[in-house]
Amino acid sequence: MTALDDTPATLTAPPDATGRFGEFGGRFVPETLVPACQELEAAFDEAWVDPGFRAELTRVHTQYSGRPSIMTECHNLGAQLGIRLILKREDLNHTGSHKINNVIGQALLAKRMGKKRIVADTGAGQHGVASATAAALMGLECKVYMGAVDVARQELNVFRMKLLGAEVEAVHSGSRTLKDAVNEAMRHWVANVADTHFCLGSVVGPHPYPYMVRQFQSVIGDEAHRQIAEMTGGLPDVVVACVGGGSNAMGIFSGFVDESSTRLVGVEPAGGAAIGRGVPGVVHGMRSNLMQDEVGQVEEAVSISAGLDYPGVGPEHSYLASIGRAEYPSVTDDEVVEGFQLLSQTEGIIPALECAHGVAWIKREAPKMQGQTVLMNLSGRGDKDVAQMMDILAGRL
Amino acid sequence: MTAVAAFGRLETELRAKRDAGRKLLVPYITGGYPGWQAAIRACAANGADAVEIGIPFSDPVMDGPVIQQASQFALEQGVTPTSILDEVPGLDVDIPLAVMTYYNLVHHPGPTRFADQLKRAGISAAILPDLPLEESGPWCEAADAAGIETIMLAAPTAPDERLPRVTARCRGFVYSVGLLGVTGERESLAATATALAARLKRITDTPVLVGVGVSNAEQAYQATRVADGVIQGASVVRRLMDSGPDAVGEYVAEVRAAIDAP
Repeated sequence: MTALDDTPATLTAPPDATGRFGEFGGRFVPETLVPACQELEAAFDEAWVDPGFRAELTRVHTQYSGRPSIMTECHNLGAQLGIRLILKREDLNHTGSHKINNVIGQALLAKRMGKKRIVADTGAGQHGVASATAAALMGLECKVYMGAVDVARQELNVFRMKLLGAEVEAVHSGSRTLKDAVNEAMRHWVANVADTHFCLGSVVGPHPYPYMVRQFQSVIGDEAHRQIAEMTGGLPDVVVACVGGGSNAMGIFSGFVDESSTRLVGVEPAGGAAIGRGVPGVVHGMRSNLMQDEVGQVEEAVSISAGLDYPGVGPEHSYLASIGRAEYPSVTDDEVVEGFQLLSQTEGIIPALECAHGVAWIKREAPKMQGQTVLMNLSGRGDKDVAQMMDILAGRL
Repeated sequence: MTAVAAFGRLETELRAKRDAGRKLLVPYITGGYPGWQAAIRACAANGADAVEIGIPFSDPVMDGPVIQQASQFALEQGVTPTSILDEVPGLDVDIPLAVMTYYNLVHHPGPTRFADQLKRAGISAAILPDLPLEESGPWCEAADAAGIETIMLAAPTAPDERLPRVTARCRGFVYSVGLLGVTGERESLAATATALAARLKRITDTPVLVGVGVSNAEQAYQATRVADGVIQGASVVRRLMDSGPDAVGEYVAEVRAAIDAP
């Protein structure tokens, strides 16, 4: 049973005036960007309470992205694991992942602010594709920074972005993955701040990004809360999502964070476990858990999934971990490969490698969750990963 | 306690030189890059008024390709903040030294430990380009306690109401950011460079130095017609990488001569 009283929804409240969730977050940006962050914060706060803006956002969600996304009960895999397993199907959104929820919101906001161009970072390419899509739809120019390593392993998404009219720039600095793409996008923003909006792809970065992106993704949790009540008559026992920066997880968690009976589980890759292995640090404009060496140099995340190759994590996740509201276990690449095949073969759904992290954790922990209702955010589809998996599974199928 | 704190060594020396009619020159050298110690000595011997020592960080968001490359190379050689600071006392130069680095390298050991480490190494001041005014409290408190001067950046995007708050918290000198962008050489001095320097000169008596995008002797001359001095970063580091410390000395002498011209 959950409380039906008027307990304030404290855990979905905005961060404090300094942009902090507890001791995490803030705004650690070069002085040049401070006014831009302040302008964005004011513009978002104003838009978010403007019924006209919200109606337009809903219209695009409904008529373009395909919302609400459906829920799918996994009868086969559920029976095999001894749990009731339900997926929130963000993989069925236009462009194939939850990333579209955020970019539609940010692109509408950018237009409202009079910006001509958006600049985006991308890891697996899903956010880049979503940004390029939103830019095409709304008549904005779009430039996407992508680590050279990711460009090589996600060439189809690179082509998609170009097809959609975006300029894609491969980043050769640092570890040449998502972390460096974020650095380069920030550098570009510093130089072009007057007419460019930085369309960050996750609940990371300086205030207001972690809060704003969570709000744009909260549509996942709002829908899922309503849908699961219709399907099961109650709440899930466990909500599971993969966590790199953590936007799909914050999206679905936001619908359940105030339901104290629901366990929240964010699954990190073993090679990029910012909460599991990191300590608080400051990078990309925020104070949050961060994988770093003994002097504070940021370490390179190494994961099978480009979208989770990030050494940091959104500050709200660090906060939820610090107060014990959410837990952040990790799974290995081998478990992920197994999870990827498991969902494909039992349910006919090929998940993104990112989401296969969630499947892997559910499979491992199922013996301890017998009879429970487990809701997983299937945040993206696996089409983009098929070529990579073909190499990994060569000869094994 | 006196009501007004005395200026630190950097600000004291820069004010005295400025008030005597001298334009100020502060080159930047990437700490740990091969030849960095000799390059700092060459700066001091050829007319630099102070030197900024960069402590390389893995994710330098305010730096362009040249300084990124130098930083990354130094990191690959195993350079750490401690390995650089340990060598500072042995530099034996008679001008004040500042460090420029990113906040995580301060946050990781903690502001107090980091400030004390700078003090023990004989460093006068620190520049932390990803630590804006609103987040600077814990660091400034520790730096003030250790006698480390905190140089704040002022940006062309700052509205008029913000600049006085930035300059009020500034010690050593005001780092007037020359353009919208990261460190690196440009073909011409941006109009924003002199415009911001002029705005700052109207509101503060602290020396105002233009940095980011001041790329050669001619541009340094132009900038110092309005500002009290210049910082020379990428143009210096490129010479260190291409030709070594002697070329740094020659370049600093060239800029010195240019800004001394009437």
